Amino acid sequence: MTKEDIIKPENLVYQKPALLNDHPMHYCPGCSHGVAHKLIAEVIEEMGMAEKTIAISPVGCAVFAYNYLDVDWQEAAHGRAPAVATAVKRLWPDRLVFTYQGDGDLACIGTAETIHALNRKENIAIIFINNAIYGMTGGQMAPTTLLGMKTSTCPYGRTVELHGYPLNMTQIAASLSGTAYVTRQAVHTPAAINHTKKAIRKAFDYTMQGKGSCLVEIVSACSAGWKMSPQSANTWMKEHMFPFYSLGDLKDVEHQEKEKQTQS
Amino acid sequence: MADEVYLLKGNEAIAHAAIRIGADGYFGYPITPQSEILETFSEQKPWETTGMVVLQAESELAAINMVYGGAASGKMVMTSSSSPGVSLKQEGISYMAAAELPCLVVNVQRGGPGLGTIQPSQSDYFQATKGGGHGDYHIIVLAPSSVQEMADFVDLAFRLAFKYRTPALMLADGIVGQMMEKVVLPDWRPRRTEEEIVKTCPWATTGCARGRKPNIITSLEMEPDVMERRNIHLQEKYAAIQRDEVRYEEISTDDADYLIVAFGSCARIAQKAVETLRKEGVRVGLLRPITLWPFPSEAVANCAAHTKGVLCVELNSGQMIEDVRLAVNGDEPVYHFGRMGGVVPDPDEVVAALKDKLMNEK
Repeated sequence: MTKEDIIKPENLVYQKPALLNDHPMHYCPGCSHGVAHKLIAEVIEEMGMAEKTIAISPVGCAVFAYNYLDVDWQEAAHGRAPAVATAVKRLWPDRLVFTYQGDGDLACIGTAETIHALNRKENIAIIFINNAIYGMTGGQMAPTTLLGMKTSTCPYGRTVELHGYPLNMTQIAASLSGTAYVTRQAVHTPAAINHTKKAIRKAFDYTMQGKGSCLVEIVSACSAGWKMSPQSANTWMKEHMFPFYSLGDLKDVEHQEKEKQTQS
Repeated sequence: MADEVYLLKGNEAIAHAAIRIGADGYFGYPITPQSEILETFSEQKPWETTGMVVLQAESELAAINMVYGGAASGKMVMTSSSSPGVSLKQEGISYMAAAELPCLVVNVQRGGPGLGTIQPSQSDYFQATKGGGHGDYHIIVLAPSSVQEMADFVDLAFRLAFKYRTPALMLADGIVGQMMEKVVLPDWRPRRTEEEIVKTCPWATTGCARGRKPNIITSLEMEPDVMERRNIHLQEKYAAIQRDEVRYEEISTDDADYLIVAFGSCARIAQKAVETLRKEGVRVGLLRPITLWPFPSEAVANCAAHTKGVLCVELNSGQMIEDVRLAVNGDEPVYHFGRMGGVVPDPDEVVAALKDKLMNEK
């Protein structure tokens, strides 16, 4: 049997989304960004929005997201992506507008922009990659670094006395009136990947339906920053990250509306 | 039909002008002495008429980055602030200069440094003309000296910004922002359609229509050689702007023995001083740079050439004087007269300064 005999439409069980190009990714082995990128590409394709998407990339490991996903991109200054997206969406209301940000970008330097864009009910989606570390700059402490976790700027472990508590931005987002859908997902297993894809689709759909701002946190592994093998990073994530950053929906306005209807 | 004449504050004129010429968006944060710009937009509610977006941002940082997003998607967008707020915007202005994005930033200057005062000043000249943020770049800087120019320069700034794909700044001050004068507002012009934006801004991120490559707006480049080429491209653009876009006004310079150089509101004070001195028989002229960057160096040198000396009048400790000295290149003596911290000199102080410094009369 030759290769040509196998490559036939009826034998197709999986293919890379067309929006994801062949540019070699700069991400480390075991990093969650690649899967997250692929899911976003699939969702945009399935929505038929490839020609109407304007994406905003952050400063951090995903700064080059624009090299991999073939849609129009703007690269924002560190932390400012939600402000950038706010204007794009208000000026182009029929476009799909989303930001893709890491924990340092979204939960530290861009805290104000994140909270205000979400609370203004901007019809934008924020994909939030939380790996509890600054990957791009070489493994420094992030706002989401867990207590006791070691990084190059808390080499003896994060302590409350020295560094304060890790920030749970997704919980804050769920408490804001302007958010429509807030969820925390992961991409460490096929099942988790499926859940995350559904979450991204719902978030993108809600913004196009004018329901409000949406935040999809993806708890992610950073094997290089955590100084672990890809496999042990996944195990460490399950054992340490998930207890503090528990997976699941934190807010869904559609459920809330349904509950209201049943009550009345 | 004669043009309709309005009595407006300079700040108000900016908002009215922007709505009329079909601007797409304004993003601002309140700060004295320019809050009337955001207030006028909010009161006029152009989103109901022209469809213009007006948004009060959570900070000057957010506002300039909203401008970044709007400009990167081909829209005609602007922000305004006053000195401390414009400092906060410098990061975004540097990014926009690097990513070659057109926009209008208005700085209605107040005295500094720091929180300073809410009274007028021209102490942001260095910041405006020498870059302001990090990196090798310039932005186009226009200095209005009347309410009429506050209105007219909105259109001019946008035209230049889009022509060269670079930010333009209106460097006003608390005097021109707050004073009321008669003004004729620009004619109504519809906002550009989606088709017009896609056609005239093929680089803009409007959604990647079939058949074209994705548009990417970024200031990042990791390859030093490529980054240097980008820098060279920017410098070539700046050279073209310096060659073609210099603007200035000359008053009574033809026979002048003495030359005053002043911009913005200070030029109005200096003009009065020129009238006073001329009545006394002193042949003095005024050169008013309208573009502070590109600076009218050649005009300054030409006007100064047949004089006995130059007096720079500024509401600062002497900032534009550095560009005047570079232009004159040591051929004539150049002196500074200025007040700081929100103090505005009256014309007699300028007259006295000129007599003291250039005519040796106490």
